[in-house]
Amino acid sequence: MSDATGPDQFTGATPDNAIRNAERSDGPMLAADGRPLKRSLARALRAQKMRALMLIAPLLVFILVTFIAPIVDMLFRSVENQIVSETLPRTVVALEEWDPSDVPDNATFAALAYDFMAAAERREHTRLGSRLNYETTGISSLFRQTGRSVDDVGEEYAEQFIALNAAWEEPETWATLMGAASWVEENSGEVEGAGTLFQLSPTARDAFPEAADAYRSFARTIQSEDDDSPMAEEPWNTVYLALYRDLSAGYATEYDGPMAELIAEAIPAVADFEGMTPREAFEAIDEEWMNLQIWGTIEAFSDPFTAGYFLTSVDLQLTPQGVEQQPEEQRIYRLLFWRTLFMSGVITISCILLAYPIAYLLSNLPTRSSNLLLILVLLPFWTSLLVRTSAWKVLLQQQGVINDILVWIGLVADDARLALINNQLGTIIAMTHILLPFMILPMFSVMKTIPPSYVRAAKSLGATNWTAFWRVYFPQSIPGIGAGCILVFILAIGYYITPELVGGRTGTFISNRIAFHISSSLNWGLAAALGSILLAVVLILYWLYDRIVGIDNVKLG
Amino acid sequence: MTSDQTDAFVAFDRVQKSYDGEVLVVKDLNLHIGRGEFLTMLGPSGSGKTTCLMMLAGFETATHGEITLDGKPINNIPPHKRGIGMVFQNYALFPHMTVGENLSFPLEVRKIGKSEREGKIKRALDMVQMGDFINRRPAQLSGGQQQRIALARALVFEPELVLMDEPLGALDKQLRETLQFEITNLAHELGITTVYVTHDQTEALTMSDRVAVFDDGRIQQLAAPDTLYEEPQNSFVAQFIGENNTLQGTVSKMNGDMCEVTLADGSLIDAVPVNVSAVGEKTQVSIRPERVEMDPNRLTPGAHTLKAEVKEFVYMGDIYRTRLSVAGVDDFIIKTRNAPDQRRLTPGEQIEIGWRPQDCRALDA
Repeated sequence: MSDATGPDQFTGATPDNAIRNAERSDGPMLAADGRPLKRSLARALRAQKMRALMLIAPLLVFILVTFIAPIVDMLFRSVENQIVSETLPRTVVALEEWDPSDVPDNATFAALAYDFMAAAERREHTRLGSRLNYETTGISSLFRQTGRSVDDVGEEYAEQFIALNAAWEEPETWATLMGAASWVEENSGEVEGAGTLFQLSPTARDAFPEAADAYRSFARTIQSEDDDSPMAEEPWNTVYLALYRDLSAGYATEYDGPMAELIAEAIPAVADFEGMTPREAFEAIDEEWMNLQIWGTIEAFSDPFTAGYFLTSVDLQLTPQGVEQQPEEQRIYRLLFWRTLFMSGVITISCILLAYPIAYLLSNLPTRSSNLLLILVLLPFWTSLLVRTSAWKVLLQQQGVINDILVWIGLVADDARLALINNQLGTIIAMTHILLPFMILPMFSVMKTIPPSYVRAAKSLGATNWTAFWRVYFPQSIPGIGAGCILVFILAIGYYITPELVGGRTGTFISNRIAFHISSSLNWGLAAALGSILLAVVLILYWLYDRIVGIDNVKLG
Repeated sequence: MTSDQTDAFVAFDRVQKSYDGEVLVVKDLNLHIGRGEFLTMLGPSGSGKTTCLMMLAGFETATHGEITLDGKPINNIPPHKRGIGMVFQNYALFPHMTVGENLSFPLEVRKIGKSEREGKIKRALDMVQMGDFINRRPAQLSGGQQQRIALARALVFEPELVLMDEPLGALDKQLRETLQFEITNLAHELGITTVYVTHDQTEALTMSDRVAVFDDGRIQQLAAPDTLYEEPQNSFVAQFIGENNTLQGTVSKMNGDMCEVTLADGSLIDAVPVNVSAVGEKTQVSIRPERVEMDPNRLTPGAHTLKAEVKEFVYMGDIYRTRLSVAGVDDFIIKTRNAPDQRRLTPGEQIEIGWRPQDCRALDA
């Protein structure tokens, strides 16, 4: 471009100057006012984009709230496992040092006693019991049993402390010993209800680590659960146990806080105290506590997140020794997944075989007759799924219509009626029928777009009817088959009602198991893991399909 | 190139066709096509021409009558055994195959060996100047290129008869003209018999050896293009082929190979009697716009002339097109060459027009 200034050139921001500047500087294209053209364009389109966003906003919010959020929650539930570390926090910490080949030490059992006492008081131990029961059967009843007896743990020590000095029986003694000075001052005297939230004295925490912790747990639990003040309640026996363990471990020799003389009196005395160790106490409650498998399970599931549900979903289990196969008789999920995939495949293939001729006929008939036929195809859509499935029950059962006819014709003996229902065959028959329209419609819409002149051309070129069909018509109808297959297979893989009603024991799908865990066994984590695997399988198949056939080739209409 | 019944390559003999059992779409078709002939079936839509082509190809069966190919009846031979090449209006190239595979298809179904196939495909593609496109897919080609491939595919297995069903209908004018020329040349070079269906009369006139004009399930006239244009046998053909002026009248005098027609306003004209035989018959007189003379020096001596008023003058570049009011008819057109000595008429002008009596044909009313 020459630099000669023509009469039409102006200085300043004009569109022409902007273009000239952009050409000269190799920089981004500029708009007339000197801003980058891209930004100007974005600004100009912003209103339009906002409008589009506003239009989709209601649906977007609806989807986010009702669809995306539940799915994310479900995925989360399949790995979430905070219940163990929340209910048994001290035990989980103590188990970190555990040697899995031996029963845990007394410190761990003591931690278990403190945790269990608080959990039993809050009635959380049964929930944890049912959760861990999914992994090792028997834990639920063990926890129940322990919950009933755990308040006896440490009772002998409580009695011996009180025998030593009756002051140990007084709630105020404990409160003064453990409470922070300000809290004690605030809550002494006549206090209504629970009083202010218990604060632990730092001196006590340093002097008696276990007892202070156990006492705080006690104080806060009775405050929140019973609405009582620690000033008015004698501590649990486990607190006495904790104090005994602290004192006999040599803590608090230098203690000079409140009640120092009581402690000084107790320190020499505890050496002569007699009673069960925490481990013996638990063994007395239930011998199962000596079972390494129980401890292995607690340890294995002590992380806030776990792969346990997923491992269970594929018939594996987490043991202290690592990942292992489930016992033979408990392996059902791999079989169920395989069966689901296999039967969905059989259903898809049956649908292709039945739908292809119909779709071909539909697309080649004159419009008037094809419309009528199409309505017949769609008719099942307008009937309730439940009604259709129940109709199949009537047709297929041993005393049902089909068997009756076969017996009447004489094809089947009356005492050898065919088992057509409550097995895989029943599920396949009923689901093929129910999913057939999903195969016919995409096939039909693709076949309708194949002009008859292709087959005519093939025949005029010398191809027989079969060659013309197989080499010219069929390849062009593949996108319809592909679309139908995806639709039918994905629908089949997650089908629930029909297998539930006609599948019996051998014809059920993985979805029936998911439903069982959602509504009967209440093992939502496992249900979520199974669902996640199902989702992953579908996505992988979708991806594979895209790689092999190409998703662009799918036509639904 | 015309042929009689005995040596006809393709013959339709009293062929009828009905789709619904009530209406005949083809009524009593008799047509003989000679070997190597380029015959066009021309007619408006619904005239039965495509049905005839489909019966010949084997996609429709004749309700009555016989079709023979090279002397053998083919009514009961399925399409794929007839060995007839066919080019379709929408090309019908198989979209999932490359150009090469499309061409290979008719050879494969004939079980021709690979090396021979490749040679034939190459020759066929070179024939239509598409040798470089062998690996393309039809969707990557333009309409004209696709039609060339379709042509090559119909020719690659060397059929003796090729049918074309409005093959150039979807192309633009310029391309259409180029391809018309190429198709005719190719057909004559290879000596193949061609049956070509179109509704475009220019295409029919420029390409064919003979044209069969179809209307209402019948052949209205079967003749070479020049005969068809200059000597239409009835008013349908006269109207359908080219531009045409018609005047209604009554035969007032028969005079051997000439007749005199009285028009509605009483003026008299001379004409060749084609479909009229007696005085008093109603007739429709047909005269081509370019055969009308208005220069008094060039009028045939002794012939009748008509008074005309100029209504409209249109300059069309190579010709002038003038609309006149003649004998009560307002759409009488004359065409004059744009030559230096030619006068431009102005609307409102009164002139006198005439023509050679043999250019004016008295047809059925």
